Amino acid sequence: MPVNTAAIGKTFAPATYAVGREKIREYAHAVGETNPLHLDVDAARAGGYDDVVAPPMFAVVYCLPSVWPALFDEEIGIDFGHMVHGGQEFEWGPVVVAGEEITTTTSLKDASERRGNGLFVFESVSVNPAGDTVCTGLWTNIVRGG
Amino acid sequence: MQPGDELEPLRITPDKYLTVRYAGASGDFNPIHIDEEFAHEVGLPGRILHGLYTMAQVARAQTDSGGGPASLKRLSVQFRGMGVPEVELTVTGTVTEVREDGTVVTESSCEQDRKRIIRNAEAELRLER
Repeated sequence: MPVNTAAIGKTFAPATYAVGREKIREYAHAVGETNPLHLDVDAARAGGYDDVVAPPMFAVVYCLPSVWPALFDEEIGIDFGHMVHGGQEFEWGPVVVAGEEITTTTSLKDASERRGNGLFVFESVSVNPAGDTVCTGLWTNIVRGG
Repeated sequence: MQPGDELEPLRITPDKYLTVRYAGASGDFNPIHIDEEFAHEVGLPGRILHGLYTMAQVARAQTDSGGGPASLKRLSVQFRGMGVPEVELTVTGTVTEVREDGTVVTESSCEQDRKRIIRNAEAELRLER
């Protein structure tokens, strides 16, 4: 399949996500977390945090408002019906706690053709209000060629 | 932790409606995860687990062994095959390296029905000392 390599480097407008206490708890319950730092405000405060702590993989939740529009970008032209998630990497900085606003910027890091399939790698960079990078994500999507 | 040490295996059986709850919790409503008819139409055996849900189980195996959410500094996975609801997932992992700065490196995989749906998951943990 033809892959539009001209779009490599394209960067999308940042998206800000307000991390809510109940959203962290909802996510923690969905993935089966049992650590009280994610579920119980008192336990989180006793642990030295201002509020409940987001599990590391909660990064998916605050990244998606930025990553999702990039996946559907017309210039990049991913055929969503044939896309599979091939790999994922996250690197984490300071933990995220309820009440913070996290701003994520996504860019197309690489696009190539491999064995008839399209390979698209997006990079997301998420920062907290203090300016720390809380998470960098590499999202590898494979579009099966016809 | 020392090289060769094994992580405590993590076992979880996602129930029939888990993919719906995870879709709501994560914001990923791709119908292949929540709509049985749609999944069949695109040639899948049925609704499949979100890869990032399965990755979250690999992450939990690290933080449960490694000292909580702040200890996980990096996790990289390759998705292979598809996970399905109502069949037990098992995450196993081994410490492969302890660096001079104290970073613990592990390699893990997630199996379902004797198939590895995540393999070569590499994690870096920073443990409180």
